[in-house]
Amino acid sequence: MTTESPIEHLVTERPRRAVVQVAPDQLVDSAGALLAADYRLALVAAHDGEGPLRVVYLFVAGPPDQRIELHLAVHREQPQVPSLARLSFSAGRFEREMRDLFGIEPIGHPRARGLVLHQHWPPGWHPMRADAGPRPPMVDNADPYPFVDVEGPGVYEIPVGPVHAGLIEPGHFRFWVVGETIVKMKARLWFVHKGIERLFEGQEVTSALPLAERISGDSAVCHSLAFCLAVEEASRTEVPIRASELRAVLVELERLYNHVADVGAMCNDVGFGLANAHALTLREQLLRLNAEVTGHRLLRGAIIPGGASVRMLPRLDRLHEIGERFREIVGLARSNSIVMDRFTGTAVLSATQAEEIGVLGVVARASGLCHDARVTHPFIEPSEGFRPASRNGGDVLSRFLIRCDEVESSLALLEDFVTRDGPLSASGVRSTGPGAGHGTGMVEGWRGTVVHRIEVDPSGILRRVKIVDPSFMNWPALPEALVNTIVPDFPLANKSFNLSYAGNDL
Amino acid sequence: MSGGGSLVGGVLVAGIQITAVAVGGPLLVGIMRKIRCRLEGRIGPPIHQPLLDLRKLFSKQRMRPEQSSWVFGVAPVVLVATSVLIAAMAPLATTRPPFGRTADFFAIVFVLLLGSVSLALAALDTGTPFGGMGSSRAMTIGALAEPALLVAILAMSIPAHTSNLPALVRIGLVHPQLIASPERILALVSFLVVILAESGRLPVDNPSTHLELTMIHEAMVLEYAGPDLGLVTLGESMRLALLLGLLVNLFAPWGIADRTGAAAFTIGLAALFAKVVLAGIGIATFEVFTAKLRLFRLPELLAGAFVLAVVAAVTALVVR
Repeated sequence: MTTESPIEHLVTERPRRAVVQVAPDQLVDSAGALLAADYRLALVAAHDGEGPLRVVYLFVAGPPDQRIELHLAVHREQPQVPSLARLSFSAGRFEREMRDLFGIEPIGHPRARGLVLHQHWPPGWHPMRADAGPRPPMVDNADPYPFVDVEGPGVYEIPVGPVHAGLIEPGHFRFWVVGETIVKMKARLWFVHKGIERLFEGQEVTSALPLAERISGDSAVCHSLAFCLAVEEASRTEVPIRASELRAVLVELERLYNHVADVGAMCNDVGFGLANAHALTLREQLLRLNAEVTGHRLLRGAIIPGGASVRMLPRLDRLHEIGERFREIVGLARSNSIVMDRFTGTAVLSATQAEEIGVLGVVARASGLCHDARVTHPFIEPSEGFRPASRNGGDVLSRFLIRCDEVESSLALLEDFVTRDGPLSASGVRSTGPGAGHGTGMVEGWRGTVVHRIEVDPSGILRRVKIVDPSFMNWPALPEALVNTIVPDFPLANKSFNLSYAGNDL
Repeated sequence: MSGGGSLVGGVLVAGIQITAVAVGGPLLVGIMRKIRCRLEGRIGPPIHQPLLDLRKLFSKQRMRPEQSSWVFGVAPVVLVATSVLIAAMAPLATTRPPFGRTADFFAIVFVLLLGSVSLALAALDTGTPFGGMGSSRAMTIGALAEPALLVAILAMSIPAHTSNLPALVRIGLVHPQLIASPERILALVSFLVVILAESGRLPVDNPSTHLELTMIHEAMVLEYAGPDLGLVTLGESMRLALLLGLLVNLFAPWGIADRTGAAAFTIGLAALFAKVVLAGIGIATFEVFTAKLRLFRLPELLAGAFVLAVVAAVTALVVR
């Protein structure tokens, strides 16, 4: 699979998979050529094993599904890479993450400062390095976080969090406002670093699966599926079509219960509790359906490397009933002029901003971009007539309606997949030959595209797992959308993005 | 001068009215919550839950922010004290409350709003960003709501030739056609909007939110805990009961005791309970089907209330 062909060749050839070894001086040009050819940077992973450090840049495009990896060797003594931050915003964020966790310095990065590890983490200690050892003590009186100073007549600063009044994850938000209008907002995250990627290392594939399911509690299916797809690619396991159908059912069930909850929660944030109460009831019905299908309300335990198994499949009449109840809730919200007024034009993320930041999933599709891994990187052919939902407004209303559209399309997909004949359990056999040793898995989860890239040694021990949750790509878009929004609309805007803290901060 | 015709009678009337408001206020909040929950398809806490909450809060340790001054501790007392004062002298169960002659409508309403101002000061006193944010929002809304209220009272006072509150209530009892007059109806709508704004109900403020940044009233009292919070909660619910009590007696005075005597007073009390609960149910039902307005739309709503009040006042002057 490894080729020495120049990037130009790949760009015209457009292979499904390719791995290119690049020298440091070629990296920027190669990445530039790929980005210019409509590839997007999906993942950057550093590796510390035998020999020099390595950095893998995964570029993807589709349809048809194309994934090109650029591999770069990095000196252990002087770990540095040329920065891609000027080509791609998300590359800059990956590089900052890598700088914290591996100590690899991005040369030429316009803002090469900490991202994942807060100021009080021991300086010079990089937890993902093989020789990191136990964590030295935290620094007691570290420098404060370098918030920018926003000054001017009437500018007022509102710090919120990291502990919030509701049951949400920790994040610190700082607003600079004039009156009620937000001039600038800064989200300080990374309060929940758990070292998940490190926990994967040295585990066997099967024993690591429960960990993959728990990366982000509400995304058990898409993370475990992305992990399994990566494992299957690495070990060249053929997955029977039946298993993929069952997996598609699970992915859509996960999308359903989360979107229903989000639709209700967005109504609740504008004080329309009626819709939320009904949405929560519907969510509970969906969770019980999940429990019937998989034995677990959050759909854990149904996907295994090479296959999937369920206890039953949802019946059509239940899906229809869910659809009807959902349309009723949406009708309640849409016929309420105050709710619609609050949603319309609030926290607009323009298509240009979305494109430049590289957002994914619901947020991207609400701003007119049409990334959907179900089409661009499918693990199963989507049903005929399936189109990713798309809206152009970029406001809260668009993000609300995208979720409504996606509930409908999920129900349609489910109807198709549950009516196909086949057993309730299917599993492929692992090929006996040596696998590629590395693989990537991409799944369109309910938030957006989840990407896993794993490296596994011949005995089946995981050497490196790199996880990219769409939240990592989408968080920087929130402050952009909030400029000129008013403070009391922030919770609504935030809810319309509904990004994960746990998935962002691994 | 007093309800019972004597000092003892007056004290008794005042005492009963205060108790009714102090117990009835939390119960009213409980009823409104229950109605909301039921209409949303939930079971909801029992109606007396706010009273249980108060008992819990008052049994807790007192905790105050380190940096706060005496203002922080005094504000809840002022809030409750103003409510108690009004509960004593407002025509709630009887049109002949003690000190009724001094119960000027303007004065009463502004004594009531003194509570809001003291809470806003206390919120600033804590020095937290939320306190400042809440006070700023509450004062903005207050500044828009109060002119509407003033003019609405004026509109009601013109045909009655007095702004004495018991007299205003009694005139509705004696001349029911006055209640159906355009100026009273317009003033009613205006008054209702002001009540929703001043008591922090939807569509102005969401009393059940946990989202700090959207709060208006709740943002002001975020720092309160224990007995102080108990006083704030009690004061708030008393104020809601008082505002609704005044509303129903001005626009549907029937049942209120117009004579002295225990029997009439008891009937008046029962009528008051029934009318206030009905009004509370009405507001709770309205809240279920509405949502919270965008903050910048509130001036439009309150300006609307003001315009209605002005029209009411002009009508009152012209129609005579």
